[in-house]
Amino acid sequence: MNHGTIERNGSLLLVLSLLVVAIGGLVEIAPLFYLENTIEKVKGVRPYSPLELMGQNIYKREGCNLCHSQMIRPFKDEVERYGHYSLAAESMYDHPFLWGSKRTGPDLARVGGRYSDEWHREHMKAPRNLVPESVMPGYPFLMQPLKVHDIQAHLKVNKLLGVPYTKDQIDNAAVDLVSQANPDSDGAEDVEARYPKALVRDFDGKPETLTEMDALIAYLQVLGTMVDFSTYDAKANLR
Amino acid sequence: MDPISTIAAAAATLLAIILALYSSAQAHDTVFAVHMMIFAIAGGLTLFFLIRNCSFTTVKATGPQMYNDSIVRYGIIATLFWGIIGFAVGVLIASQLAFPALNFDLPWTNFGRLRPLHTSAVVFAFCGNALIATSFYVVQRTCRTPLAFGGLAWFVFWGYQLFIVLAATGYVLGSTQTKEYAEPEWHVDLWLTVVWVAYLIVFFFTLLRRREPHIYVANWFYLAFIVTVAMLHVVNGLAVPVSAFSSHSYAAFSGVQSALVQWWYGHNAVGFFLTAGFLGMMYYFVPKQANRPVYSYRLSIIHFWAVIFLYIWAGPHHLHYTALPDWAQNLGMVFSIMLWMPSWGGMINGLMTLSGAWDKLRTDPILRMMVASIAFYGMATFEGPLMSIKAVNSLSHYTDWTIGHVHSGALGWNALVSFGAIYFMVPKLWSRKELYSLKLVNWHFWTAMMGIVIYASSMWVSGIMQGLMWREYNSDGFLVYSFAETVVQMHPFYVLRAAGGLMFLIGGVIMIYNVWRTIRGEVKVDQPVSQIITVGA
Amino acid sequence: METYTAMRAFADSWGLLYMVLIFLGVCFFAFRPGSKKIYDEQARIPLNEEHPNND
Repeated sequence: MNHGTIERNGSLLLVLSLLVVAIGGLVEIAPLFYLENTIEKVKGVRPYSPLELMGQNIYKREGCNLCHSQMIRPFKDEVERYGHYSLAAESMYDHPFLWGSKRTGPDLARVGGRYSDEWHREHMKAPRNLVPESVMPGYPFLMQPLKVHDIQAHLKVNKLLGVPYTKDQIDNAAVDLVSQANPDSDGAEDVEARYPKALVRDFDGKPETLTEMDALIAYLQVLGTMVDFSTYDAKANLR
Repeated sequence: MDPISTIAAAAATLLAIILALYSSAQAHDTVFAVHMMIFAIAGGLTLFFLIRNCSFTTVKATGPQMYNDSIVRYGIIATLFWGIIGFAVGVLIASQLAFPALNFDLPWTNFGRLRPLHTSAVVFAFCGNALIATSFYVVQRTCRTPLAFGGLAWFVFWGYQLFIVLAATGYVLGSTQTKEYAEPEWHVDLWLTVVWVAYLIVFFFTLLRRREPHIYVANWFYLAFIVTVAMLHVVNGLAVPVSAFSSHSYAAFSGVQSALVQWWYGHNAVGFFLTAGFLGMMYYFVPKQANRPVYSYRLSIIHFWAVIFLYIWAGPHHLHYTALPDWAQNLGMVFSIMLWMPSWGGMINGLMTLSGAWDKLRTDPILRMMVASIAFYGMATFEGPLMSIKAVNSLSHYTDWTIGHVHSGALGWNALVSFGAIYFMVPKLWSRKELYSLKLVNWHFWTAMMGIVIYASSMWVSGIMQGLMWREYNSDGFLVYSFAETVVQMHPFYVLRAAGGLMFLIGGVIMIYNVWRTIRGEVKVDQPVSQIITVGA
Repeated sequence: METYTAMRAFADSWGLLYMVLIFLGVCFFAFRPGSKKIYDEQARIPLNEEHPNND
């Protein structure tokens, strides 16, 4: 076979091109699925609670990831500014990842617990009231009721894709969704039991309704707080 | 079409309409209901035109076979239309960053939803239509045969427009998978897959039916672009919907794996959509406009194999210093740097095509546009490898430098070469002797050029400045700036950037006016271009 | 770490050799003796066209 054949034969050109472009992706991507050290061994990372998961969906819907990264790089300034550098394990239940590629606003990988719920709420409604320099859009419309068609289906799909939701968690998804934003409800304690370290409180200051703001703040407040760094051995996880 | 195939096509369309209406009624959310309704309306229109174009007189075409150019004419109009929309939304969101009040704090107008609208309108609607239109133009002429499956080609064109409408309405209504340049949800992705496979079939079978022994190199690039984009789109789009009637899905991969799959896709959307396909354009339209063969055909072959082989590896450079394993980051960096060589080989090949005809640059603004685009290709493909070096990337990543880089590529390379190709094709396709006004082409060239330079340089300054501010320590060992303090410093550059974008948009409007007058068959009596240029320069 | 080390060793040796050979192969094909005339013809394809019937 010589190159003249390739130049004349369309099918051959098609097949060869496809082979050539397939190599790079295969060599780079495939090992990530079975090299055992791709994701660190670390304790504490759990699947999102139903309310947090819905909050993440709001985060996606509004394109927050386009201006806020969730990936702290291992540099002195970033670690001082945002906290411990991000681990692969921390996003292993994110379908897909939300690392972002641009910081028009600050990184949010460890924003959980840094500000009060009230701060988030007011900041989301009118960002420049709290941070005059900000160029963030306002999101007053997040105070509308959270609409979820079938919360169980969301958890089931995640389970199908490898997120280890238990039967108990799936069965009680609808109750947990509402209870997490209502600390006085009967189900409140169960949420904490099913999702360790989950925050159970009225996030949006509007106890009578479950709003999109409840969900989004519940998600933001859990970001970066799950890993138990006392059990993390950086040397053993050198990649 | 003859009655029998009309009936078959109409029956299939009718079935699709019923399915779409049923899904719309069953929908779990607004986006899905709206999208299924759009499908149904598109089906209704298809049905109408199918029946109207049904011919009962069986006339077998016996006359000379003609190229299917009417689809290219539609493609050019679609390219211009979506181009203006894409540029305009770009100017709007650039202004939002300078003046946040322009977000209006409404769900449908906030930056987060309009940004994918801008990127998709430019990459997929503007560049995508330019690629489809030029590939159909080029493949017919270099193979000296009409398009295979003319009806299917029309399906590709209209199906692609439908994809754009679905994607755009989805973004505004908040439907997104969040993966950059792959935002459309699962049902829109499926539709694009169908359209894209049809595109591959039309292009590939046209190649097979050629009456020319060899396949011209432009077609290699187009073919590689079509087949690779199919592969990337399918793998990166893998997702499981929450329900068959929900617009929401979860991506198949998670965390670090999804990050690499996404940037393998994302970088090669640049590498194959915005590079390989446009190189096909370059290898045809530059020799045509200069009226001389490409400088070195041998170089073009090496260029082809090297570019398609190396590009696919470069994705991990979008993930330097992240939780992606180091070996993958390093591999991505090495291949990105190697990519510099074939890229410049291609640039030299394009530029040197003019050797012995450089004087044409003085008199031919269309050729000048093409040459400028090749120069921008060279600049962007030098800057890219530079930014993929980990030490440089640690500064440039997350900043506006990346945005500037992307735009010197998209505005400088993709848009200018498309403009050049359109100026070349329009008089031929509408059987006009020449363009309405070369002087206006000249105006378009300089407004666009000024716009790009203002855009790119303001982004370089703001990006590097912000990157340096983030990492600045004082003598006591404390960080000097809070994040908010760095944001204030961006303001003048964001204003400048919006102004640069506005100039580029104005250039586009000038072009539309010029093309419209050309199509109407008018020719403006200008003073000779050579004189304008001496005055202008 | 085992799999990683093994794959890394393979990539650094045989993988590298394979790529160099492929590259040299492509260059050889492009610059093979006698190709100049064929390529000059091919390069003129866009300039020779216009109508599908002009055989």
